[in-house]
Amino acid sequence: MKHYRAHLLVCAGTGCVSCGSFKIKEALEKEIKKRKLQDEVQVVATGCNGFCERGPIVLVQPDGIFYQLLTVEDVPLLVEEHLLKGRPVKKLMYVPPDEKQPVPKMKDIEFFKHQRLIVLRNRGRIDPEKIEEYIAFDGYEAMGKALAEMTPETIIAEISASGLRGRGGAGFPTGRKWAACAKEKRTPKYLICNGDEGDPGAFMDRSVLEADPHAVLEGMVIGAKAIGAVKGFIYIRHEYPLALKRVEIAIAQARDNGLLGEDILGAGFNFDLEIVEGAGAFVSGEETALIASVEGKIAMPRQRPPFPAQKGLWGLPTVINNVETWATVPNIIRRGADWFQGLGTESSKGTKIFSLVGKINNTGLVEVPMGITLRDVVFGIGGGIPKGREFKAVQIGGPSGGCLPAKLLDLPIDYESLTAAGAMMGSGGMIVMDDKTCMVDIAKYFLNFLQDESCGKCVSCREGTQRMWEIVRDITEGKGKESDLPLLEELAQVCKDASLCGLGQTAGNPILSTLQYFRHEFEAHILDKRCPAGVCTKLIRYVVLSEKCTGCLSCKKACPTEAITGSLKEVHSIIQTKCIKCGACQEACRFEAIESQRDEAIQVI
Amino acid sequence: MAGKKKLRIQDLAKIREKTKSLMTIREGEGRARVTVHMGTCGIAAGARDIMDALLDEISKAKVQDIIVTTSGCAGLCSAEPMATIELKNQPPVKYGDLTPEKIKKIFVQHILGGQMVTELVLAVGSETVY
Repeated sequence: MKHYRAHLLVCAGTGCVSCGSFKIKEALEKEIKKRKLQDEVQVVATGCNGFCERGPIVLVQPDGIFYQLLTVEDVPLLVEEHLLKGRPVKKLMYVPPDEKQPVPKMKDIEFFKHQRLIVLRNRGRIDPEKIEEYIAFDGYEAMGKALAEMTPETIIAEISASGLRGRGGAGFPTGRKWAACAKEKRTPKYLICNGDEGDPGAFMDRSVLEADPHAVLEGMVIGAKAIGAVKGFIYIRHEYPLALKRVEIAIAQARDNGLLGEDILGAGFNFDLEIVEGAGAFVSGEETALIASVEGKIAMPRQRPPFPAQKGLWGLPTVINNVETWATVPNIIRRGADWFQGLGTESSKGTKIFSLVGKINNTGLVEVPMGITLRDVVFGIGGGIPKGREFKAVQIGGPSGGCLPAKLLDLPIDYESLTAAGAMMGSGGMIVMDDKTCMVDIAKYFLNFLQDESCGKCVSCREGTQRMWEIVRDITEGKGKESDLPLLEELAQVCKDASLCGLGQTAGNPILSTLQYFRHEFEAHILDKRCPAGVCTKLIRYVVLSEKCTGCLSCKKACPTEAITGSLKEVHSIIQTKCIKCGACQEACRFEAIESQRDEAIQVI
Repeated sequence: MAGKKKLRIQDLAKIREKTKSLMTIREGEGRARVTVHMGTCGIAAGARDIMDALLDEISKAKVQDIIVTTSGCAGLCSAEPMATIELKNQPPVKYGDLTPEKIKKIFVQHILGGQMVTELVLAVGSETVY
């Protein structure tokens, strides 16, 4: 490595890659060469910065200037102005919504300002494919400490004292899990890293694996020493090709350098890792199902106890933790349990990563201290709802979670508060909804997901999720009955009581939490046959408001079924029998002349 | 990069030291910040040679926590090429009419040694910005 006067950190997380960040990197390198700056300026591909909404992203250090929404065409200007002449390019900077002045520095942008990075500390800072960059920022220091200075007992004591709880969803204390496995006599013991991230809209684990794979490796070696494991498996779904590639590279580099394999760091400890590619079933995220999948069987959960710590992979003691949990471990060992204890709330320590998606200005990945309020995340970091619309709900915890309404915005984010409110921490998916979201439709979406992903082992879940979905589907089509709501509640309860694994036990949550906070919307669908948000297509119709229509033909051109009549400068109208209610006309209209009418009851045949 | 050689615990610290110093720049911090003014006037007057000489000196001296940036015209085109040196907690110092030899002297005496090269100084401090 050599000394460069400037580093261009190009975000190469999946989000930015899909927006073309590798092309940007190529163009930057080419332009830099053209300007003969290649010996002064280094271009580095980093992991996800989190601000996916604004990709492709490039951070210029040492100035800390944040460029966003870049195109290949912007590159020559950026190189000439910023790198050659030292004039940061204003027009490529981030301008907050409703403001005119750009915010040049990353550290001043609201989205980044309130985050607290522990697990994601290396995101956007190191090249995840270079082990020496990880080592430069204290990487493998904790592992060295654990192998040379600590005993299994002191490692477990440190993790227990830190208060770390599993980041995969249920929040089981990590120290207790390790201790249970450590006291088992049978060998060999195994470790598993659960990277089967399946919640719709969630991408925390993927980003950690992509941005800092060595952190997961380091955490696992520490865990291996604590419980006496000889071998570990990292389970990653095949839909994550970039994560797979980076973990593969990381494992190879670690082996080459004696950080995995035999006699790690000369400390006389042996441990190795292997990647298992998952086929992408949601239920594989359940620990016993995942273990079955690693064994080559169909991913179906089994009854617990015995827990994996006693009887796991191939019937042997196994510790299985989530990606984020493993990546937290080195930080605790390096900086101490007391430091970690100081972050978060009484019962929930440290930080949590959330993927912030849906109707929110700053879509992306955020790491925040436990105990932060929903409001701070949604409005502070997330920048609120686009187009100034009203906040309606936030869905937390994936399909097993729940939808929390506006009145709970000041709820602190910790395991207990979320569960008490009818949602759950889950793995960290956060879907924000505005007033144009129909809560019945959302419940239908999650139930459809769950009935599709149910493995079918337990009748309660296999038939229950299917039936709940059918009932809710009928409600959205105007075929709901008053007796449906108590029936849904009963089914949700049966599903909870009689299913083996978390998928079935929590399958009723999308229904229960929406019924708890948005019962009136269900009632509107059932009793009045109307969808207050104007989403459920069977219950709405689009009409042209004659007083607003200018006859511009935009809607007519946008309509895929030619359901709109009228010529230039004439008020248009919609032929209801041809209309498929796709909403394209409403999107196309610049005069708000098309309304999805929902206030009058529409007769449903 | 250690290649196939297996690392020992003490090697980690060595790699860390070596690599970290090259990467402090990513934290946006350093003991000194050198701005080479590269407006049209600066480039025409030979700012590129100043930059090359400076980077050359930095890598020869094996010091890594010096931030080198460029900026536009400083407003005194007749004194180009110019550079501004900012040591931590000290007012910026501007040097003008630079040559590669002069910047080398400034590097050794001012940036590394902390002593201004008085005979070459153009101005100390900066304009007031409203």
